Formats: sequence, structure tokens, C-alpha cells
Amino acid sequence: MSIFLDRSSRVVVQGITGRMAQFHTKEMLDYGTNVVAGVVPGKGGETVMGIPVFNTMKEAVAATSCDTSLVFVPPPFAADSIMEAADGGIRYCVCITDGIPAQDMIRVKRYMMRYPRERRMVLTGPNCAGTISPGKALLGIMPGHIYLSGNVGIVSRSGTLGYEAAQQLKDRGIGISTSVGIGGDPINGSSFRDILERFETDPDTHIVCMIGEIGGPQEAEAAAYIQEHMTKPVIAYIAGLTAPKGRTMGHAGAIISAFGESASEKVEILTAAGVTVAENPSVIGETVARVMAKRAA
Amino acid sequence: MDIHEYQAKEILAKFGVAVPAGALAYSPEQAAYRARELGGDRWIVKAQVHAGGRGKAGGVKLCNSEHDIHEATEGMFGRKIVTHQTGAEGKGIYRVYVEAAVAFNREIYLGFVLDRSSQRVMIVASSEGGMEIEEISASRPDSIVRSTVEPAVGLQEFQAREIAYKLGIPAALTQQMVRTLQGCYRAFRDLDATMVEINPLVVTADNRILALDAKMTFDTNALFRHPQIAELRDKSQEDPRESRAADRGLAYIGLSGNIGCIVNGAGLAMATMDTIKLAGGEPANFLDIGGGATPERVAKAFRLVMSDKNVQAVLVNIFAGINRCDWVAEGVVQALRAEPVDVPVIVRLSGTNVEEGQKILAQSGLPIIRANTLMEAAERAVIAWQNDRKQMMRAV
Repeated sequence: MSIFLDRSSRVVVQGITGRMAQFHTKEMLDYGTNVVAGVVPGKGGETVMGIPVFNTMKEAVAATSCDTSLVFVPPPFAADSIMEAADGGIRYCVCITDGIPAQDMIRVKRYMMRYPRERRMVLTGPNCAGTISPGKALLGIMPGHIYLSGNVGIVSRSGTLGYEAAQQLKDRGIGISTSVGIGGDPINGSSFRDILERFETDPDTHIVCMIGEIGGPQEAEAAAYIQEHMTKPVIAYIAGLTAPKGRTMGHAGAIISAFGESASEKVEILTAAGVTVAENPSVIGETVARVMAKRAA
Repeated sequence: MDIHEYQAKEILAKFGVAVPAGALAYSPEQAAYRARELGGDRWIVKAQVHAGGRGKAGGVKLCNSEHDIHEATEGMFGRKIVTHQTGAEGKGIYRVYVEAAVAFNREIYLGFVLDRSSQRVMIVASSEGGMEIEEISASRPDSIVRSTVEPAVGLQEFQAREIAYKLGIPAALTQQMVRTLQGCYRAFRDLDATMVEINPLVVTADNRILALDAKMTFDTNALFRHPQIAELRDKSQEDPRESRAADRGLAYIGLSGNIGCIVNGAGLAMATMDTIKLAGGEPANFLDIGGGATPERVAKAFRLVMSDKNVQAVLVNIFAGINRCDWVAEGVVQALRAEPVDVPVIVRLSGTNVEEGQKILAQSGLPIIRANTLMEAAERAVIAWQNDRKQMMRAV
């Protein structure tokens, strides 16, 4: 078991004919991900690395039974592509695109609500590195070889900090059940809490490593969920202790604009909820190992 | 992206929000002339800077004569204004807005924001206008009215009416208030704003609803579809280093420390700054060079970081996944050979082919200080700027 992805996931890449999409599609195929289709309006009938391309998502689903989508579409058209995936019957969608207007994402989230819960698509991202269940499937742009297979669930807003955590765990021989990037945008498909709920019920995940940063309410919402509902231990790292207030730190969503949104306040809230917070990014792996050892003892 | 008050008022007026009569001036003479054109005998002159808190910092003056206006604006033009929102550097005053003064009975706070909890546009209003919203939240939280807008249908009249009643707007002005609220919402939605703030919105002595101040911030990700908004960018209000970086597609924010940072990924860049602080130093900047750490991008990044004269050491922290460490190391070496820097450079690489990367750095003959972990890199960077450079090189 893992969350979102496994060997049976049938992947469609939206925007597969782009340069970056082709590069990462090749990486995913090499990893063993079952990429079965591409969707690019106007390019239906072509193939990319032997993968058939369709004009619409409905055609792709009808012809290939794809159920999982990866969006590489440029920002002006990305929201439309996500909605097309939701309408076409895709179950899980990762959007890599960085730079989608916030109000487009508001519309996407509203649009997804029109489907009943049992057939509503789950979206992670945008502006993320993707999701990987090591040894099963890679859906995104991360380097697959830094992830060992195991029982730690990773959820991160930042891409490279997620890599940093995976590498530190690998160096200690610790593996990962699933690593999910929720992205750096202010309006995102899934929150920390959404992913924590999945990890809590996933038998393969024994401990969760959560990597947050300044800006937004999602770390505090996660803390409330952890305190009330989580039985599995959570360790966290929060970036941005030195970030000035009111400035956007690279990620569109990394801006302190309200109470409780600074790194020190988030560390405080998470600590109070019983989360072990790593003081600096160099000790994320060490902290996970320590909590795992304590749990085993 | 921020715009000036007078620009925000011009935009909001087009969406049906009432604003006082006003005119823009680029010199004291022009300001006095504008006042005469506007007529009346009392005017407000307001420094146009991208920052709140102007009033307390001397950026807003009430004037009773053209002579007053000349004198008040002479003290503004070319000066820097420092408020709690500008940082110590302050922001230069190059434009002044002259408005006919208005007598009013009540001040209301009105804000539209992207609410990240509900993931919708939220209206925040208070009967206690004139104060900043942080102050209102602290002293009069009971006065705050909130309402979220359903994105599929937009702001409904009943919602706007509810807000008007809760704020205690006189019954005869309810419709005006509804028009104001709906105008602000449409401007927010149609132009991809991330914030609209009117503080204060006043009820005038002659019973009108009027926006005395206005602030709008726009989503930079949406500027591609609003060229007329993109044109309003005012580089005189930006940190010149940040403007240059933005023009080159790099996310850079200047800070006051002396250890420069070159990092890939926004989260890792913040984490690098934090680690420098933990090690006892102060970061000079935030810089995310993006996923592909090509030699050109690394060279650009060094130029940018070194343009800050306070920088006494540079820490390069790259996680190379798909771009292998050996390739990134080549890039760093090439960049430093082409344009040597005169401060210690600390490089920490992690990820794919890290040993090969380290070897390339070691064999380059360049005085690069290497580190394995981020903490180690930060500690070495702090020692490097504290000690004499040569001494540091002998130690490593």
C-alpha cells in the first residue's frame, strides 16, 4: 500500500509534447511508471516516445483507461487542463506548473466541488515536485534514486527541501512509503491536513515527516488535526525563521501576512501539538531516526 | 505587485467606487497649480509611495493655501520616507497627489483579501476605520465583519447589504455602500488583485460614501493578461538589486546581513538563511536560482550577490537531483574562473554524484571552502567572515 500511486496507476501526461514534459516523461518511464497517454489539444494522433497523444482527456480515458494525470501545461492554460482532468474521470492529478494565477486556482477548487465526493479528483500542487511511491511509481520531476522504499511518509511545500529530507533518510538507510509535494502556491489542491489524513490510514506509513514554511494557515490546521486525530508520530521542519514579514520568498505562498504565519509561530503551534520539530534542515534525517528508534523501543 | 494610491483610485472609480477629486503633481509648482485647478480652500497633499503608514511619517499634509502646498511638497520631493512598511532604507517620493479636503463624520475600514483558509476572496470590514487593520484586530476585534465570496456567482447584494447594516451605515446610504462593495469586488476579480484596501472609507458630512485612501496589490502570476496593470510597475519604489534580479528571472530579496546566499529552490533558500542565523551569522539575501543550476545562472547569481557591498562571504547550497553535482560543480568553477570574487566562497553540494562534484571543486585550484552538511557550510561561512581570509584557507 501507498497513497495515491502504485504499480497499477495508469498515467496521462497533459502537455506531453513540451520540452520539459518530454524530459520528465522519459525519467518516469525509466523509473517504471506506467505512462499510457498524453493530452495536447491539436496534437491528437501524434506519439511521444511511443505514447499516444490525444486532443482531449475524455478521448485519452476512453482509449487507455488512464486514471492518474500529471500537468506540465504553461500557467495561462494550466487551470483549464486541471478542470479537464477532473471532468474526464481522472482520480489523482499532480500539477507541476509554477505561476498559475491565484484566482484561476480558486475557480479550479470551486469547479472540483461539482462532483460527488466518491468521484471527485484529488489534486496536489500546483508548483510542486510531484509524488513518488519508491519502487512503485514516480509522478513528477524529482530524482527517483534518492528515495528508498520504506515506511516514512513525507509531505512538503518545498521541492528541494523534500529532496534534502529523502536524501538524509537514504543516507541512514531509512525508506519512504510516499513523498507528496503540496507545492508553494497560496491556493493549492491538497493541504498538509489532507495528506496527513491519508498517511494516518495508510498501513505502510509508520511515521510522517512534514516540511512547511512561512505563510498561510495550513501548518496550524495540520497541528490541530495531529493533536486531535493522529496516532502516528509526526516530525516537522519549518523554513523561513529569518524571512522578513510581508515579502514573498520565492514561492507565491511564502509570505507572512497574518498572525500565526511566521516560522517561529508555526514551530510553537506544532510543538504544542506534540510534533517533534527539527531545529535545522541538516538534522531532519537524524530527528526521524531518533523518533523511529524511540517508537520501536 | 503594488501600485500607487492615485492609480488604485483611478481603477476603482472606473468600477463605480466614489473617490475625491484629485490630481497628480511632479513638482511643488505643479502641486500648487493642481490645487488651484481643483478649486476650494483646503487640500490634502499625499506622497505617492508603495507603503502604508505615510501619515505618521510626514507623507500626508493638510494645506490651506497654495503657499502651504508649495512648502509642504518642497519638503517631500526627492526625500525618502521611512515607515514601518518600508524598511530602514525608505522609499523615494517622486510623485505627489493633491486632493480637495473632505469633511466627514465616520471612518470605515474596508479590505478585500485572498483568504487562504477558505480559499476564496474575503471581505474584511470594520466600523473603526483610520487605524490599521492589525491595530483594529488587537483593540476592537468585535468591530470586524467578515464575509467570503462564492467564486461561481460573485458578491451578492444581500451579502453587501448585511455588511452595510453591520457597519451601521445610515439607511439612506445602503445602496451606495452596496455599489462600493460590489465595485471593489469586481475590480479585484476582473484585474486579478490579491488585495484591495480602502482605509478610510468615509461617510461625508454631505452624506456620501467616499474612498479617501486606496491600496491595490496585484497577482504577478496574472500580469500576462493585464498589460495595462503591468505598465503601472514603478521601479523607483523597488530595491534596485531586486528589480535587476526580477528582470533576469531570479527571485532575490536583499537583507541586511553579510553572508550572501546562492541556492536552488525557495524552501531550501529560506532554510539556508535560517541555518546561517543559527550558526551565528546574518544572511545578506534570499536567492533562488531555480531548478537548473546552469553555469550561466550560477555566474549571474554571483554577480547579483556580489553587487551588495556588505557581502563578506558567499554560501552556495545546491541540491542537485537530475542536474548532477559534478555538473553543478563545473558550473561554479567556470563562473568563478571567469569572474573571480574577493570574498571566501563556501560550497555545499548534495544529491546525485556528490563525490565527483566535491572532487571537481577540490581539484579546481580555486580557494573554495567545501562542506558536507548545510550546518557545516553555515558554520564555515560564519568563521570565514569573522576571520581573516588567509587564516581561514590555512585551516581548511
